[in-house]
Amino acid sequence: MASFLLGRSRILTHHKTLSVLAASSSSSYSSLFPPFSFSRHESTKAQAQLEFEHEDDRNQVIDFPGGKVGFTSEMKFISESVQKRIPCYRVLDDNGELVKYSSYVQVSKEMAVKMYSNMVTLQTMDNVLYEVQRQGRISFYLTSTGEEVVNIASAAALSPDDIILPQYREPGVLLWRGFPLQQFVHQCFGNTHDFGKGRQMPIHYGSNKLNYFTVSSPIATQLPQAVGAAYSLKMDGKSACAVTYCGDGSTSEGDFHAAMNFAAVMDAPVVFICRNNGWAISTPVEEQFRSDGIVVKGKAYGIWGIRVDGNDALAVYSAVHTAREIATREKRPVLIEALTYRVGHHSTSDDSTKYRPIDEIEYWKMERNSVNRFKRWVEGNGWWSDKDESELRSSVRKQLVEAIQVAEKAQKPPLEDLFNDVYDQIPSNLHEQETLLRKTIEKHPKDYPSDVPL
Amino acid sequence: MLTKFGRWVTLASRGFSTTTSFQKGASEEGLKSLNLCSAINQALHIALDSDPRSYVFGEDVSFGGVFRCTNGLAEQFGKKRVFNTPLCEQGIVGFGIGLAAMGNRAIAEIQFADYIFPAFDQIVNEAAKFRYRSGNQFNCGGLTIRTPYGAVGHGGHYHSQSPEAFFCHVPGIKVVIPRSPRQAKGLLLSCIRDPNPIVFFEPKWLYRLAVEEVPEGDYMLPLSEAEIIRQGSDITLVGWGAQLSTMEQACLDAEKEGISCELIDLKTLIPWDKETVEASVKKTGRLLVSHEAPITGGFGAEISASIVERCFSRLEAPVARICGLDTPFPLVFEPFYMPTRNKIVDAIKSTVNY
Repeated sequence: MASFLLGRSRILTHHKTLSVLAASSSSSYSSLFPPFSFSRHESTKAQAQLEFEHEDDRNQVIDFPGGKVGFTSEMKFISESVQKRIPCYRVLDDNGELVKYSSYVQVSKEMAVKMYSNMVTLQTMDNVLYEVQRQGRISFYLTSTGEEVVNIASAAALSPDDIILPQYREPGVLLWRGFPLQQFVHQCFGNTHDFGKGRQMPIHYGSNKLNYFTVSSPIATQLPQAVGAAYSLKMDGKSACAVTYCGDGSTSEGDFHAAMNFAAVMDAPVVFICRNNGWAISTPVEEQFRSDGIVVKGKAYGIWGIRVDGNDALAVYSAVHTAREIATREKRPVLIEALTYRVGHHSTSDDSTKYRPIDEIEYWKMERNSVNRFKRWVEGNGWWSDKDESELRSSVRKQLVEAIQVAEKAQKPPLEDLFNDVYDQIPSNLHEQETLLRKTIEKHPKDYPSDVPL
Repeated sequence: MLTKFGRWVTLASRGFSTTTSFQKGASEEGLKSLNLCSAINQALHIALDSDPRSYVFGEDVSFGGVFRCTNGLAEQFGKKRVFNTPLCEQGIVGFGIGLAAMGNRAIAEIQFADYIFPAFDQIVNEAAKFRYRSGNQFNCGGLTIRTPYGAVGHGGHYHSQSPEAFFCHVPGIKVVIPRSPRQAKGLLLSCIRDPNPIVFFEPKWLYRLAVEEVPEGDYMLPLSEAEIIRQGSDITLVGWGAQLSTMEQACLDAEKEGISCELIDLKTLIPWDKETVEASVKKTGRLLVSHEAPITGGFGAEISASIVERCFSRLEAPVARICGLDTPFPLVFEPFYMPTRNKIVDAIKSTVNY
């Protein structure tokens, strides 16, 4: 932003000088600022001279703030993207077989089984709560279908001390950290047991105890906040990092740019995990950006990055595990682009068959199913059986059915929760408004829901 | 204590008299004559010194800031606690929220209030709702956003605005505006230590013009408490920040014509101290509100409506509002735009003679 106190005149003058020099063909400046004269290319003599100048240029630099920059007499524009797209790191092939010579972080049997169990639990929770919404018993729901692996495998690779700043399609991270199914269900029902006191729509979970910041709906706002949280961890000398999630659509928000740039400049130990799932509600990635996805954006900000197959649990686990090591030890940000697919609708308010081909959804649901791929690997190791599977699924379903019954019967939060927590203490205007409202409720009790305790 | 107008009038037309009341705990001996900028600097110094988990950051903050309010802080407390940020307001506030949410005092500077709008989403949707939406599991109460606001004689559209009303429509944040050096220091320290996110607008015209005896030590002034800075019986005037000096001059002019004005500094705009204003208006029967921001939808409208609700039967005249015009803040036309002394004097007279 401009400042009237710090004039820009000095810099403007400087630029003006540069452009004048560049435009002139004055020989004394030609090596520093070669003229844009294409006629030089017409003769071999000129070419030879140009090469000489190239040579000369290499030895000369502009000592610019931020570091020395070499010269070139070649007028070459940087193209918008490389011809070959950045490859995607994977460990497991589509059949759940280890890809030869792949480098990855070892996962123990215990860890692998826990990861797979959490994926199944997440799937089951999504299936059940989606149906509950369809029955009209909760107002809204949003599934992680298709992205179970990026949820669980990333969570598994982190330390419980790492601070999570989620978008909203990462309930698996919270599940991994031990948030009980009952608590998920309480939140969706907005009852008195919901930590958020019934103030936010379903799926806006949060847990201070589990270092998982409460979800907010605005896109990408958590990203610069994660940099601040990471800076705090660094200043406190903690061996932990901040981890923040976003989708492909988020990368178009100003907050994404702000966060990347701040993280780089502040040397903040933060891991950005972008779930590039192909769709931001109905907007496909080709209408979202023209870059080679998201990973290339990190480079421009001076951030390390990796593109990973988000449907490969071992690749996600390995990349996130390593990224958090880099962030925590070297105090620097890392960007992870996980290529995945939103197999479900954006939310229960969306019908994605209106804007994307069913074939595409089916392909990702069946052939590229991330959970099945990991299952094959776990089964291949002899760590998981069909019996385990059916027992787990029925157990989780049973827990959920019970949790729903409990949550449905629970009271709504009391009316006082409307007024507290706006500030640390209730100010006089809210006291007044509460008194007035209570009088109105007494007068017109039928205007208000009867299940909210007064 | 200084005489009411002793030094100010000679200094500049925007000079402003000292407060009439002394805060408890402040030592009379430790007074030092300071301008508003230095008072802010002292407050920041004390905040950084008294709490190792406090940070000061923003654009150009490291070398002392474009207004020099952060002068010397980086040298004393190090560049890890006092630092420049990239030129990105939403980044500054977002970063500050994250820092505050981890239990730190994040003191962010937005270089001009005119440039706060890229951070509006972070302030309105994030900072303000952080505690409420989490059921008090998380809060970013350690966040204080300092930003210079208001006319300065030559600032034009983008170095003059008073955007306080936008923020007064947002439950969950507090909005505080000091009128003088002593007030600035005490209020800023209160804001920094208050467990709620606060937008602290600094009257930049007064940075160097307002000089006052300021206690050197650590002291805090209460938030959400208005102050009667001039007693009167015929009309109540309510304002905040730099506008109070103009209003005080108008009070003096009115006094010469036999009109006794009571002048109230609101200090905290939300949550505001209705009771003090109400009590005053019940005594005087008349109210005038004045601010630099455009009149339509300004915070004066809120005060006016609230007082009419509470004091309707005691009012002897319509509430007067002398405010900025409903135009963008103009450069050449600034003297026409501003709620100047004589506009206020005329409104006082017509309200009293209604």
